[in-house]
Amino acid sequence: MKNIDLTLHVWRQENPKDTGRFDQIEAKGISTHASFLEMLDVVNDRLLAQGKRPIAFDHDCREGICGSCGVMINGEAHGPVRGTTACQLHMREFDTRGIKELWIEPWRAKAFPVIQDLVVDRSAFDRIIQAGGYISVKTGQAPDANAVPVRKDDADQAFQAATCIGCGACVASCPNGSAALFVGAKITHLGLLPQGQTERASRVLNMVTKMDDESFGACTSHGECEATCPKGIKLDVIARMNGDYRRSVAAGG
Amino acid sequence: MTSQTSPLLNAKIPEGDIRQKWDNHRFQMKLVNPANKRKYRIIVVGSGLAGSAAAASLGELGYDVDCFCFQDSPRRAHSIAAQGGINAAKNYANDGDSVWRLFYDTVKGGDYRAREANVYRLAQVSLNIIDQAVAQGVPFAREYSGYVDNRSFGGTQVSRTFYAAGQTGQQLLLGAYQALAKNIHSGKVKMYPRTEMLDLVVVDGQARGIVTRDLTTGAISSHAADAVCLATGGYGNVFFLSTNAKGCNVTATWRAHKRGALFANPCYTQIHPTCIPVSGDYQSKLTLMSESLRNDGRIWVPTQKGDPRAATQIPEGERDYYLERRYPAFGNLVPRDIASRAAKERCDEGFGVGPGGLGVYLDFADSIKRLGESAIKERYGNLFEMYERITGENPYQTPMRIYPAVHYTMGGLWVDYNLMSNLEGLHVLGEANFSDHGANRLGASALMQGLADGYFIIPYTIGQYLAGTKLKPVATDHAAFKDAEREVKARMNRLVEVKGNTSPDVFHRELGKLIWDHCGMARNKAGLAEALEKIPKLRERFWREVFVPQSGDVLNQTLEKAGRVADFLEFGELMCRDAWTRDESCGGHFREEYQDDEGETKRNDDEFEHVAAWEFKGVNETPVLHKEPLTYEYVKKAVRSYK
Repeated sequence: MKNIDLTLHVWRQENPKDTGRFDQIEAKGISTHASFLEMLDVVNDRLLAQGKRPIAFDHDCREGICGSCGVMINGEAHGPVRGTTACQLHMREFDTRGIKELWIEPWRAKAFPVIQDLVVDRSAFDRIIQAGGYISVKTGQAPDANAVPVRKDDADQAFQAATCIGCGACVASCPNGSAALFVGAKITHLGLLPQGQTERASRVLNMVTKMDDESFGACTSHGECEATCPKGIKLDVIARMNGDYRRSVAAGG
Repeated sequence: MTSQTSPLLNAKIPEGDIRQKWDNHRFQMKLVNPANKRKYRIIVVGSGLAGSAAAASLGELGYDVDCFCFQDSPRRAHSIAAQGGINAAKNYANDGDSVWRLFYDTVKGGDYRAREANVYRLAQVSLNIIDQAVAQGVPFAREYSGYVDNRSFGGTQVSRTFYAAGQTGQQLLLGAYQALAKNIHSGKVKMYPRTEMLDLVVVDGQARGIVTRDLTTGAISSHAADAVCLATGGYGNVFFLSTNAKGCNVTATWRAHKRGALFANPCYTQIHPTCIPVSGDYQSKLTLMSESLRNDGRIWVPTQKGDPRAATQIPEGERDYYLERRYPAFGNLVPRDIASRAAKERCDEGFGVGPGGLGVYLDFADSIKRLGESAIKERYGNLFEMYERITGENPYQTPMRIYPAVHYTMGGLWVDYNLMSNLEGLHVLGEANFSDHGANRLGASALMQGLADGYFIIPYTIGQYLAGTKLKPVATDHAAFKDAEREVKARMNRLVEVKGNTSPDVFHRELGKLIWDHCGMARNKAGLAEALEKIPKLRERFWREVFVPQSGDVLNQTLEKAGRVADFLEFGELMCRDAWTRDESCGGHFREEYQDDEGETKRNDDEFEHVAAWEFKGVNETPVLHKEPLTYEYVKKAVRSYK
C-alpha cells in the first residue's frame, strides 16, 4: 500500500441556476487502496474541518450495482477503467497510469440538469421506464414459473441486457446526449422473453416517444456509450430497439 | 422480569392448524369494496423489494398510494445489492423440499426465536413470489432445457435457491420497480424520490401520516393518509462499516419508535461470513462476497500461526479446513452466524491471514480443478471480477481473503401477524420489521421475506384494517402535523446551530467501533455495560461538536448525514441494552458467558423464549421492556446442530 498526492479540479455549482466553476483542491496522502469515492470522502472531511462546504455527489451502495454514482473523470465517464463504476474505481489505477491531476465533472447532458456540484437529475430515465418499460402482470396473476420454458440463450441474453444499472454514463459520454443504450437495453431484456411479447410493439413505441420528449439526442452510432458502460451493455441492443421500432411503426403502431 | 404477555403485544395469530391459518384468516377478513378502495390513501415509505412490491400491489388494487424514497430513483434501494438468490419451496430439484421443510429450516436457522405462524406463511407464499417474478420478466438462471435452475445455500440440505448470476436482488428489484413504474404512469401511485421521512404523525392513537424533507429543496412537508407502511430497511449502518449502502439508516423506524411503536429484538444482527476484509481507516463500507461462493469454495487457515508463506505455497497437510473439520454434515455450508464465529475464533487464536491477521482463505482451486475455470466463471464471474477490482488480486490464481462483516438486522419494529405495529395503522414490512428470521436469518431468505410482505401479505391485511377501522377525516392542517413539522424543523436548526468543528462521519465511525467491539460478533455483560456508559457521552459530544455547513433549505448532504447519525447515537444504546438484557446466546446474539464446551450458542429457553419489544420513554431515560412469549407447537426444539 502507498499514499499518493493528487491535484483535483472539481466542478462546484451551488444550485441549478448557478453558472458553476472549477475549484482546485489538493488531495494529499491518499491511499492507493482507497476507492475514488473514498478519496472524495477524505477530501470532504478535510473541507468540513476547514469550515467549508463539502463536494456534493450521489452515491449509495458503493459496490457498483445501485447506479447512484457517476462523474466524468478527465473526460471519461466513471474514469479510465473499463467496466467499472466510480465507486469501484480504486486510486491505484491512477497511480499505475501516472495520473496526478483529475478533472472531475458532473454528467453533462440537456436531459440531466445539474442540481449541485456533481449531483444531476436523472429522473428522465424513470419517466421512460414508466412509459412502458415493464410487463403488465398484476400481483397474483402469474402462472407457475416453469409453465413457460425459456431458451437458455434467450434468458442469458435478456439477463445481460437487464444488468443495466441506469447510471447515465451512456448519455453523458454520447456527443448527442442520446439514451439509446439505456432504452435499447430494456427493450432487449423484455423483448427476448416469451412473457414480454404481448406488449412488445406498444412498449417500443411508448418508450422511444418518451425518450425523444425528454430531450435526449439521437443515436448516430458513435459507440461511446458501449465503450463507457460499466456493465458492458453492447451496441446491438440499439439495433434491436430500432428493428422493433420499425416493425411496430410498419404494423401501424 | 417475568415472561408474561404485555397488553401492548397481541400477535393476533389466527386459530387453527398452522397449515390453514393463513387461508382461514384471508377468508375471515373484512374486505374493502373495489369501488371504495380509491377513497383510501396509503403511504409507503421505502422503495426496496418490500416497498415497491407493496406500493405496486396496493395501487393495482385501486388504493391511492404515495411512495417515498431518499434515493434519486426508487430503482436504487439497497435490495438491489443482494447477490446470491431467493429461496422458495418449489421442489423443482426433486430433492425432498416442501413448504414444511422451508418452514422448519427457517425456524431452526433462527435458533427458535421466530414466530411459527409467520414463518409458515412465509414458506407458503414463497411459491407465488417466483411465479410473479418470472411473469414480470425477471431473468432467473435457466438450464439448457429452458427451465429455471436452482442452487444450494447455507443452513439447508436441499437446492431451493433461485438466482440470476450474483445479481438476484437487482433483477428482483427491477421487476418490482417496473411494476411500480407502471402504477406511477397510471396515476395510482405518486412517487416522491429524493424525499426523506423525518417523523410519523399519530392522531388519536392511529398513524395518519408523515413529515418529510425534500432533499433537493429542503422543503418540509406533511402527508396525510389512512394508513402508513414503513419499508425502510435495517439498521446495520449503526456499525458504520457494514455491507449496507451508505444511505441506509434507522431514521424512519426510530422516529416511529419515538412516537410509540415498540422496537423488537434490536440486538439480533447478522454478521456475514464472506466479506472482503478492512484495508484502511479511509474505508467507507465493506463489500460482501455472496454466500453462494461457499458452494464451491473451501474455507481454511494455515495450521501454523502467522505462517509467512503465500497461500498457494502451503501444502495440503498444513491447512486447517476448520468448517469441514468441525461440522462434517454441513461443512462449508453451515449457517452464517456459525461460519462467522468460526472465522473469528481462528483469527482470535492467531491463525488469521493477511494484514492484521483478520482474514481466512476462501479457496476455489479444487473446484477449478474439478469443474474447469469456465464453469466457475459462469457461476461467479461477476463476483470474482469485483474481488479483483477491490483488492487487486486474482482469485482464479490465489485464494480470496475474507472476513465477517455486518450485513443484515433481524430486529426491527414489532409487528403482529398482520404486519401492523402496536401503533394502529402503522404497518412495517421487510427488513424494517422484526419478523420471521428469529435470531439468525438463512441466506436467500431476505429477498423472500421482503417480497412476501409486499406482494402477498400487506395487500390483504391492510384491507382488513381499513375495512374494520373507524377513521376520522384528517388533513395536514391538523395540529398533530403542525406540531411534528415544528419539531422536525427545530431539530434540524439545532444541528446547524451547533457550529462545531467535526464531521458527522467522525462520530459515526466512533459509534460504529464501540458497537462492533462490544455488541458485534461476540458480546459480554461487562463490555455491553461499558458501551451503555460510553454511548450517551459520545452523543453529548456530537451535539456539542458536530459541524453542518449551510442551512436546511438547500441540498445539504452533511445535514442529511448528521440527522441519521444523531438517530444512530440514540438507537445504538437501545441495541446494547437489549443485548445486555438477553442473558443467553442464540443465533447471531452470542454472549460469551453462554456457550457450550465446543463454543456453540447456549440458549436459555426457560427465561428468554420471547420477543423483547422496547418502549421509548425519552432520550437518556430507561426504556420499558415488553415480552411476547414464543410457543412452538409444530417444530421440535433442539440444540441447533450442523455437525
